[in-house]
Amino acid sequence: MHKDSNKATLLFSSGMVVVIAIMLSVTAIALAPYQAKNIRIEKMRNILTSVSIDAKFKDAENLFEKYIVKQVVLNNKGEEVSGSTTAFDIDLKKEMDKAKTGNQDKQLFPLFVCRKEGKSLYIIPVRGKGLWGPIWGYIAVEGDMNTVYGVSLGHKSETPGLGAEIETEKFQDEFTGKKIFDESGKFVSVKVIKGGTDPSNPHGVDAVSGATVTSDGVTEMFERTLGNYIPYFKKSKQ
Amino acid sequence: MNYKSDVMSTGTVTTPVKTKAPGEGLFSAKNRKLIYDPLNDNNPITVQVLGICSALAVTVKMKPSIVMAISVVVVCACSNLIISMIRNSIPNRVRIIVQLTVVAGMVIIVDQFLKAFVFDVSKQLSVFVGLIITNCIIMGRLEAYAMSNKPWPSFLDGIGNGLGYGLILIIVSIVRELFGSGELMGTRIIPESVYDMGYFNNSLVIMPPMALIIVGVIIWIQRSRNRKLIESK
Repeated sequence: MHKDSNKATLLFSSGMVVVIAIMLSVTAIALAPYQAKNIRIEKMRNILTSVSIDAKFKDAENLFEKYIVKQVVLNNKGEEVSGSTTAFDIDLKKEMDKAKTGNQDKQLFPLFVCRKEGKSLYIIPVRGKGLWGPIWGYIAVEGDMNTVYGVSLGHKSETPGLGAEIETEKFQDEFTGKKIFDESGKFVSVKVIKGGTDPSNPHGVDAVSGATVTSDGVTEMFERTLGNYIPYFKKSKQ
Repeated sequence: MNYKSDVMSTGTVTTPVKTKAPGEGLFSAKNRKLIYDPLNDNNPITVQVLGICSALAVTVKMKPSIVMAISVVVVCACSNLIISMIRNSIPNRVRIIVQLTVVAGMVIIVDQFLKAFVFDVSKQLSVFVGLIITNCIIMGRLEAYAMSNKPWPSFLDGIGNGLGYGLILIIVSIVRELFGSGELMGTRIIPESVYDMGYFNNSLVIMPPMALIIVGVIIWIQRSRNRKLIESK
């Protein structure tokens, strides 16, 4: 059989694909535990970033233990649920999907309580859609359940220089000090406003130019996710 | 000129390999040349001007540059080796696809390793590890060298070209990190007292265009010192 014949070409191609596929799966399976551990640490770092603690990769686990004093799981009525899962292990994506299938009463919402410099801070994970893929983050609110202490945002594949700018400190710092309820106690969330907004606007931050879809995604993400916590906020407001 | 020099080097190397006397050392002069050549006379970035895109993107800091350099060396050497081993059974019509598949497989494996063991760097490199697949240096070496040479010289050729690429990457990143953030490998080099005297980090150096300018300066210096590279009119 000549190596350039149709049959040889076909055989060679299919053989090669199988070999490469086996190699890739073996690597992926063998390295999965290490990668999972890294992803956990990365998650801890992101949580800590929202309360302005810059954790290095090495000591993220220790700092997380030190600052995060309590992990709470809430149901959609704002009541604490004592179940088998911890807030850290809740898969936010699955919980959000439950809303689509009409299982709102089964939704679980994670919340982390952080004790920093004598203040209690409440950290809420958020998740939404950007232009190209998911965006996510953590928002920390102070004890009045209203003032934003800080946020940390991440994304999978937003455009570098445009949507990806939500990951920069410059953008995230804008959120500090904003309010999620207006003076009459109505929930308004924090909005990313295209075309800029006065820094004194308590509910708006300046959008990244050219990143309309990502900015709207961030607005929607905060509005929808924080909305789930309103019953809890109202209950525990001091 | 580049094309010619490629053919020339391929020609000069294949002949002795075929007539190689039994017992010729693994690191004979010809084989050593495979590694030295791409570092200077036939550097993939400064002479052949390939792989510029990733050189601009990952050289802001030294650490990602080193990791990127190692990744390219590994991918280039291993894919050269694999392609060279199966070169006689690759059907001619699908050879580019076969090369691409091998390179892509290697890149994914390298990416998985980075994610498992140097997660923070892997995050900084993000898509650029994946984009090694499109790095023309690797496909270029497969097509120009590995398809017509034995595994061991091909392996060395891959290492040489990967190193040639990595060398430039690291030089560029040293300049950029030093003048852009006053650090090397994340350690402060320019002391605080200099900043107090009114020194500022040059933020232009952080921008991608500056990498192109630095590569240009490297090409200039290299050509002024290496007579062989100057084209005759």
